[in-house]
Amino acid sequence: MSQNRTCNQTELIAERETVNRDHEFIGIPNRLARVSLKAGVAVLLIIAMSFIALPIIALFLKSPLDTTLHSMRDPMALDALRLSLTTSALTTTVVVIFGTPIAYVSARFHYFGKEIADSLIDLPVIMPPAVAGIALLMAFGRMGIVGHYLNAFGFSVAFTTLAVIMAQVFVSSPFYIRQARTSFEDVDISFENAARTLGAGRVYTFFHVILPIAMNGLISGAIMAFARSLGEFGATIMFAGNFQGRTQTMPLAIYTAMQGDLDVSLCLSIILVAISFMVIILVRTMTRKVTRRC
Amino acid sequence: MLEIDIRKRLRDFDLAVKLIVARGQTLMLVGDNGCGKTTLLNLVAGLDDPDAGRIALDGRVLFDSEGGINVPPEFRGIGYVFQSYALFPHMTIYENVAFGLRTRRMAAAEIKILVKENLQAAGLWEIRAAKAANVSGGQKQRAALARALIIEPRLLLLDEPLSALDVRKQATMRRELRETIRACAVPCIIVTHDLRDVASMGDQACLLEQGKIAQHAGAEDVLSWGLGADPDGDR
Repeated sequence: MSQNRTCNQTELIAERETVNRDHEFIGIPNRLARVSLKAGVAVLLIIAMSFIALPIIALFLKSPLDTTLHSMRDPMALDALRLSLTTSALTTTVVVIFGTPIAYVSARFHYFGKEIADSLIDLPVIMPPAVAGIALLMAFGRMGIVGHYLNAFGFSVAFTTLAVIMAQVFVSSPFYIRQARTSFEDVDISFENAARTLGAGRVYTFFHVILPIAMNGLISGAIMAFARSLGEFGATIMFAGNFQGRTQTMPLAIYTAMQGDLDVSLCLSIILVAISFMVIILVRTMTRKVTRRC
Repeated sequence: MLEIDIRKRLRDFDLAVKLIVARGQTLMLVGDNGCGKTTLLNLVAGLDDPDAGRIALDGRVLFDSEGGINVPPEFRGIGYVFQSYALFPHMTIYENVAFGLRTRRMAAAEIKILVKENLQAAGLWEIRAAKAANVSGGQKQRAALARALIIEPRLLLLDEPLSALDVRKQATMRRELRETIRACAVPCIIVTHDLRDVASMGDQACLLEQGKIAQHAGAEDVLSWGLGADPDGDR
């Protein structure tokens, strides 16, 4: 009996040694493969990062600070900056006012044609901006299906600052509505129910319970919509044209300046890059706050 | 007195319940998951609408399909403690408890006095400034109950009020809860899976199966229903 046990133990030890040796043998190519994989991923990452970072670095290198500051005083740059900031702020306000109830209804209620309505809301995200511009022109232009009647009353939309805002609303609203819809969906229905049983009506519940809980998500969405408005080019040039001080926003001014004064073009580009950075930082901070709270 | 006689088509079965709960009486609602217990509470609270039937509280009709009456939840005067407690995460414990009074547009001075009284009674005054998300399970449970009671409800609904607490806390909270409910002297319905809750807090108990009342008896008779030792397990 004891002999058998000793024999079994010896066999077990021998077996373990063989396994260990096998592992060591297999371990070398395994380790090599792991190191190669890590190196491969690192190279890919460096290539990807360089691809994004290099043009931005080049933008700053090609535009010395004194030239940038001088170009900022150019009337074209000043007009474009003022118009872009004004129209983007107005666009964001419009999108938030109209988009918030739409997002809430879309998140909470089921109604006939909801799928179609949701798809329509998302459509401008994938629609080429130039197509959006032509579509707006066909609808609200002087000969458009609605613009035709507006024109009869002496009210023209196309090629005005209003057209810039309309183009920006068209392309940026999905960015806000989609984010707001997700934020409202994330608000547990029991909060709403609790508020109702405590005596709060639907409107009171919305403003005092649902909206504050979803607020960080809504702010993120609004920032994204603002950024999208600021960068809007295609729809604006098609529907609003390119008139300095009236419809020439920063992207349009960059495009125009490229054909004459490159310094102005670079200066405006640097401003847009700086704003984009700020947007990313703001959105990331907001998103982190939401995640931490959950 | 609460009178319920309602029917509602649910996904897998018809919920059909007829019940009477007298003032100061506590009805314990037990049954498997998905048998319609929480739905019944929501129907009584007005958060969901029955297909047909009638709900009356102290003679006031809250829902009557024939008479076309359906009082919205905000006007029913029902205190509801949700399973997750549903404390508003952006508010402090104080603001959570004051919420029901603010919706009634009560004077600020009066709100201050009432909230202080209730928070002190619930042992929450010290943590009144803490955000609801940052307090313990037991404190959340007490805050949710204080929030439901401060509006002086005419009916109390509690959905598994102890399930989110650990076992040791449950015993203490069970005692506290029983005393608080007794002091309110209003009809009360408690949904639970735990037979210890039934034995210690209930006056009567109902076993709900597929939306129907399968058993209805005094709380002390529940053990004879043969629910077994594991109340959460399959019977």
